[in-house]
Amino acid sequence: MESMLHITTLHYLVLGAALFVLGVIGVLTRRNVVIVLMSIELILNAVNLNLVAFSRYWQGMPVRMGGGPLALHGQIFSIFVITDAAAEAAVGLGILIAFFRNKETVNIDEVNLLKW
Amino acid sequence: MDRIIQYIESYLGSDKTPGAAGNMFWALVYIMLVFAGLSVAVIAMNWLERKILAHMQVRLGPMRVGPHGLLQPIADAIKLLLKEDIMPSEADGFVFWMAPLIVVLAAFTVFIVVPFGPTHAVTDMNIGILFMLGVSSLSVLGIVMAGWASNSHYPLIGALRSSAQMVSYEIAMGLAVVSAILMTSLNAEGTGTLSMIGIVQAQQAQGEWFIFKFFPLGLIAFFIFAVAMVAETNRAPFDLAEAESELTAGFHTEYSGFRWSLFFLAEYSAMIAVSSIAVTLWLGGWLRPFPNLLSGRIWDLAFSLVPGITFLFFAAICFYNTARMPKHPLFRVQTIGLAGFGAVLGLIGLVLFIPAVSLRVQDIFWFSSKVAGFMYMYIWYRGTFPRYRFDQLMQMGWKVLLPMGLGVLILTAGIALLQQTIWHP
Amino acid sequence: MAPVATPFFFYLLAGIMLIGGILVITRKNAVHSALALIVTLLAQASIYLMLYAPFVAGVQIILYAGGIMVLFLFVIMLVSIERSMKERQFNSQWVVGIIAATALGGLFIAVFTKGKNIFPDHVLSVVEDNNTQEVATLLYGQYMFAFEIASLLLLVAIIGAVVMAKKRI
Repeated sequence: MESMLHITTLHYLVLGAALFVLGVIGVLTRRNVVIVLMSIELILNAVNLNLVAFSRYWQGMPVRMGGGPLALHGQIFSIFVITDAAAEAAVGLGILIAFFRNKETVNIDEVNLLKW
Repeated sequence: MDRIIQYIESYLGSDKTPGAAGNMFWALVYIMLVFAGLSVAVIAMNWLERKILAHMQVRLGPMRVGPHGLLQPIADAIKLLLKEDIMPSEADGFVFWMAPLIVVLAAFTVFIVVPFGPTHAVTDMNIGILFMLGVSSLSVLGIVMAGWASNSHYPLIGALRSSAQMVSYEIAMGLAVVSAILMTSLNAEGTGTLSMIGIVQAQQAQGEWFIFKFFPLGLIAFFIFAVAMVAETNRAPFDLAEAESELTAGFHTEYSGFRWSLFFLAEYSAMIAVSSIAVTLWLGGWLRPFPNLLSGRIWDLAFSLVPGITFLFFAAICFYNTARMPKHPLFRVQTIGLAGFGAVLGLIGLVLFIPAVSLRVQDIFWFSSKVAGFMYMYIWYRGTFPRYRFDQLMQMGWKVLLPMGLGVLILTAGIALLQQTIWHP
Repeated sequence: MAPVATPFFFYLLAGIMLIGGILVITRKNAVHSALALIVTLLAQASIYLMLYAPFVAGVQIILYAGGIMVLFLFVIMLVSIERSMKERQFNSQWVVGIIAATALGGLFIAVFTKGKNIFPDHVLSVVEDNNTQEVATLLYGQYMFAFEIASLLLLVAIIGAVVMAKKRI
């Protein structure tokens, strides 16, 4: 019980892993394309949480090992991940709109024009 | 009792905001004060808007409800509270209920970092301006939800137009803000700051308001922000999405009574919030006019008398109008009311002459009067400019303000770099 | 206040995030999923503040909650899927999906229980509050190349999204 009261890096990693699993379930089981895209955003957020938690961990490590108070590489990485998530969401939703114009449905099951 | 006085005095001498000092009780007190001040400001804005618009259109405005319509906002509030709460039958209940809440939350949460004085903010986050821009962009979500949940054409189109406009002008706002933040780093160490109190202190240290810095770049950045903030809050001349002759009140068509008043409250609070950003970044926040040009004890004393003189001036106007009221028995109550209001204003003015009060409240007065100037500009724009068509609006946001913002940013960065390296290394 | 507040806020925010995540993947109505995702993103921004990353928290609020989710809501409204709310919500491979996710979860549990002591619990000194400046020094110094590539990526994404969604090119 005492170990649950002191929040270590591991707590953040477990939270990130739980969100990742939820996102994977969303991607694999939902039919609605927009909800699948939102589950992908959930996955990316879990990754960001991992990165920022590790950046905080490395801030406490000694400088000769690559740490120190200026070792904010995880935070920089997570800023780039947010940027990429924005770009990917924009393009993905553009594809969705183009497809919806043709087929009038948002279910992934019915994206089967190339099925043999 | 002594311990209470001791506690109050031990706090009043500190030099940090309650949030920075970790003082929960005083932070809560400040939050209550900010909330109360904001409510009074919104009520006053309601009355002022109707009277000033009326006088600009050579008519009188509300004159009947109280003396010169002073009780009109209270009558409006009572009417809105007593109205029937209608929800469209096909509407999504949960989203319909949540939308005004999100807009109000986004509009009110911004005020925890607004600096009314060097220690008169609820807290001083070191990402203050980033927080303000981010939270005020959450109100777009509430508007989109309101339009969708009403399940009707006009609100949906109005919500999509309104949110597209707000998102477009946020970019121009952000660029103007960045060029102002750049100017905070023009000190000896080359460190700038994003905290709101730090920005005003940088203006104080550099001796000029940022609107006059690198003339005319500060002025152009201020101009870009002033235009973008009017478009951001969906006010005239950019109010196509909510004007009654265009889209039957846009995204809040299906809202009535108390829910509509929440949107209205959020709109005025957002206006005050973005005006506070403009005042903090360019107009020197809580600093009195001419802090360096007219410095010295005599000028400090003269400027510290201005708050009291202002309130006495308003009280004099009230007494003059009391004397001009018709001498009819039906008007007796109104005459007494107006005289009482004038007496209250005069009392506040006299209290503001006491040095102990004046020293602490002076910063709040200068900040509030600058924001009040911005509110007057908002009402002036509404009474003067014709409405922009939606495609003209979007064109101006993307094709005019965005390139101007980029240009100002590049030029400001270039001149700041020259100043830091070559001119004053 | 610090020893009590940190676990309380962590568990509160973690609970909000997990409930939000579950709501995202289970709601029939896509707008409700989007709202749950917004709640999750805002709770995540608060967790970034707990991890002493205020700049990333600000970026998350502005970009993710205030930008990407507005984009999602726009598209949901344009696509206007009242019809899809009455159809099946879960696709035909949902059993395999759950099994795969359970296997992934089991893998995570195995990794975390085995490697529980890899991260020694060192005491971190309180970091000064110019996080933005340090991030900027790194971003425009060591990671300048990645920054430029990210801006190019955004340009490509803008052009791509506009071309995809136009009616006639």
